[in-house]
Amino acid sequence: MTLLSVRGLTVRHGNAVVVDGVDFDVAPGEALGIVGESGSGKTQTALALLGLTPGSADVSGSIRLDGQELVGATEPVLDAVRATRIAMVFQDPLQALNPYLRIGAQLGHVLEAHGLSTGRETGERVVAMLDAVGLPDPARQVLAWPHELSGGMRQRVMIAAALIAEPAILVADEPTTALDVTVQAQILALLDRLRRDTALLLITHDLGVVAGQCERVLVMDRGRVAETGATRDVFGAPSANATRALLDAVPRLDAPGPAARDAPGLLAAEGLSVRYRARRGKALAAVKSADLELKEGETLAIVGESGSGKSTLARAILGLVSPAAGTVVYAGQALARDLVDRAGTTRRDLQLVFQDPAASLDPQMRVSSIVGEPRAIAGNPATAGEITAALADVGLDTTFLDRYAHQLSGGQAQRVAIARALIARPTVLVCDEAVAALDGTVRTTVLALLREIQARTGLAILFIAHDLAVVRQIAHRVAVMYLGEIVELAPGNELFERPRHPYTRALLDAVPPPPGEAGRPAVLPGEVPSPLSPPPGCVFHPRCRYAEDGCRAEAPARRAAGNSSVACRRAEELDLARGRA
Amino acid sequence: MSAPAATRESRRRLSWSAAGLVLIAVFAIAVPFASPNEGRTTNFDRILEAPTSENMHWFGTDDLGRDLLVRTAEGAQVTLIVALVASLVSLVIGVGYGAIAGYAGGRTDSVMMRVVDTLYAMPFIFFVILLMVVFERNFFLMFVAIGAINWLDMARIVRGQTIALREREFVLAARLNGASGTWILARHIVPNLAGIVVVYLTLTIPQAILVESFLSFLGLGVQEPETSLGTLVSAGADHLESASWLLLIPGGLLAFLLLCFNFAGDRLRDTFDVRESR
Repeated sequence: MTLLSVRGLTVRHGNAVVVDGVDFDVAPGEALGIVGESGSGKTQTALALLGLTPGSADVSGSIRLDGQELVGATEPVLDAVRATRIAMVFQDPLQALNPYLRIGAQLGHVLEAHGLSTGRETGERVVAMLDAVGLPDPARQVLAWPHELSGGMRQRVMIAAALIAEPAILVADEPTTALDVTVQAQILALLDRLRRDTALLLITHDLGVVAGQCERVLVMDRGRVAETGATRDVFGAPSANATRALLDAVPRLDAPGPAARDAPGLLAAEGLSVRYRARRGKALAAVKSADLELKEGETLAIVGESGSGKSTLARAILGLVSPAAGTVVYAGQALARDLVDRAGTTRRDLQLVFQDPAASLDPQMRVSSIVGEPRAIAGNPATAGEITAALADVGLDTTFLDRYAHQLSGGQAQRVAIARALIARPTVLVCDEAVAALDGTVRTTVLALLREIQARTGLAILFIAHDLAVVRQIAHRVAVMYLGEIVELAPGNELFERPRHPYTRALLDAVPPPPGEAGRPAVLPGEVPSPLSPPPGCVFHPRCRYAEDGCRAEAPARRAAGNSSVACRRAEELDLARGRA
Repeated sequence: MSAPAATRESRRRLSWSAAGLVLIAVFAIAVPFASPNEGRTTNFDRILEAPTSENMHWFGTDDLGRDLLVRTAEGAQVTLIVALVASLVSLVIGVGYGAIAGYAGGRTDSVMMRVVDTLYAMPFIFFVILLMVVFERNFFLMFVAIGAINWLDMARIVRGQTIALREREFVLAARLNGASGTWILARHIVPNLAGIVVVYLTLTIPQAILVESFLSFLGLGVQEPETSLGTLVSAGADHLESASWLLLIPGGLLAFLLLCFNFAGDRLRDTFDVRESR
């Protein structure tokens, strides 16, 4: 018995064929994962299922839902099917919710538009649904605006909106990609619990997510189906090259990373604090008295969830935001707080690579001017040969010299950004989520490039990231931040194998196990508290399973033990080496 | 409508309006040379003559017997010059002022934009009449007057765009390398403003033409024997019943000119929008 049957689905945008003859079936209650790199056509396939491809797209083939043909169906027919038979959860819940409607109204509209309920019954069903997705105090939250909710809560609301009309199949397009790893684990568990007999079509680039969630998987490559089958078989013994490439690019949390090394210190933050002014005269402490030392030629990673202050700390070190207290010491000298007061040579010694490579390149400039700019600013313009050499160092040839940013792929653009950062011969490179926006295989090559440059030039790298598996591959030492505080700092291999702070343990447990292996991510309950009103005592205690009275009363200082340090009162007595309890 | 088709349609309209503009410019420059008549020579033997092929009075003559064909061409010259110079004034002042206010931010920005708000609040016609009365009418003042209102809009638009650009990461990257404010404005902000400025410019040109025509119609613009399309329309309105061509011909040309600029502006805006969204 099949619920959804897709045959020869083809989507064209002008002359470009983005989905090319895709066939698959979904049985009632089944979970099918669609994986592939960006541009493989997986999102276009999902949009075609709901008749949501842009008007200019040409959709052909056949999509049958319960025997009803959806390709070429009129808008009223599709309207009747959407939400009640097939529903969708989008990647970015902030964009998918209407900012001018209270969330209760948005959910109620789904029911009333389809004539499923009216009046008081609608209200009751909405509250019940919000309760089911785990929104605290749902009777009051129906009146909340989307912007009042956190990202995780918004995604819960999106799932509630998708499931409220009890569709037969739920299409989820990268539902957890915009979320932190601990929130991702919560949402995945929620999807699993709620959908019961609803079929799930899960579209994602994250193979670990699919492996834990779906019985069957379909691998897409350049618009075509590369491989399909039971998840365990496909990931255990892949037959298509595309699958193997995807699997090879999955960074593994359990593969040993580079060993910590002994070297003299180069750049240090000493008691660095950053405060932002918030409404009503309150101060928001984004970073609280951070101490950190980057050694020559090493990679120090700072990890944490969004709002942990990791990016702010990096920007304060660079002088892009002015710290409220503390100093930055570079090569034995205290640096000015503000970038404008720092000498040109020290400015050029500290370089930054951003997350979004497209946004960090001026769209009006050619690659040669972009790469040459730091030298031009310094009044020492680079010669054509030097620019070519700088591009060659990041693996780009001379054909790229005259291109504009929009003519580059994500990986190429990030290489250009790295070349621009390196042409000034810096001693420290700060990478702010520099590989987070890249596809798996591209990310692997960019990481390899960074390691190669480090080995060749002795560059020290401050690597800001939220993806722990990526961090394990590249970092000699790792600092974990939570709510503006560094809670643990340890050599990479030690931190990943024997974490000593309960938060580090929880982060590691929230990562989905590698594809092809058993296990589920463990859920860390609760949310990151607002930095406007941090909890008293240890900032992590409200979510910590090991918290005791002393943790609530008194904030622990970070204490050194060997070459690592941890801010937990119970670090000595707890054994956190084994996870996923 | 598919995106490529929309672009094609935009390009077609763009080339159509560009061709119209070139045609008007050629007409305005070439006719005074080609015609045997002089625009300023009066001939009381042939006043208010209807359009005729005789003696190349193709557009007829006015109430002083001057050839309307040549006068229309000369008027179009003046109108185009006023429009282009006024737009250039608004471009230079508006982009400079707006970009500096937007990039500086904070108190500088507040003070600079309150100046703009204050100027905005002044009744424009009153301002122009005052200028004309105090300094007597002349060409230069006309440019100043028209430029003086147009640059306010330009400055506001440019400031808004600059504030958005200032926070972009490529600007941060330049700042990290020690780039000065001047460097960032010249290398990153202004080039990235080009799209919106060009589009806005094509929309202010017709505005400047209209204002000039309006001032001339009120008798505050160019003076006899100089003329502009607005002056010709104003004079033609006096003879609407007896010699309608005096109004219809310069009026028609003015309308056509405005249409060309408006189309070019609209379509340019579409084209830039398409590029932005990709």
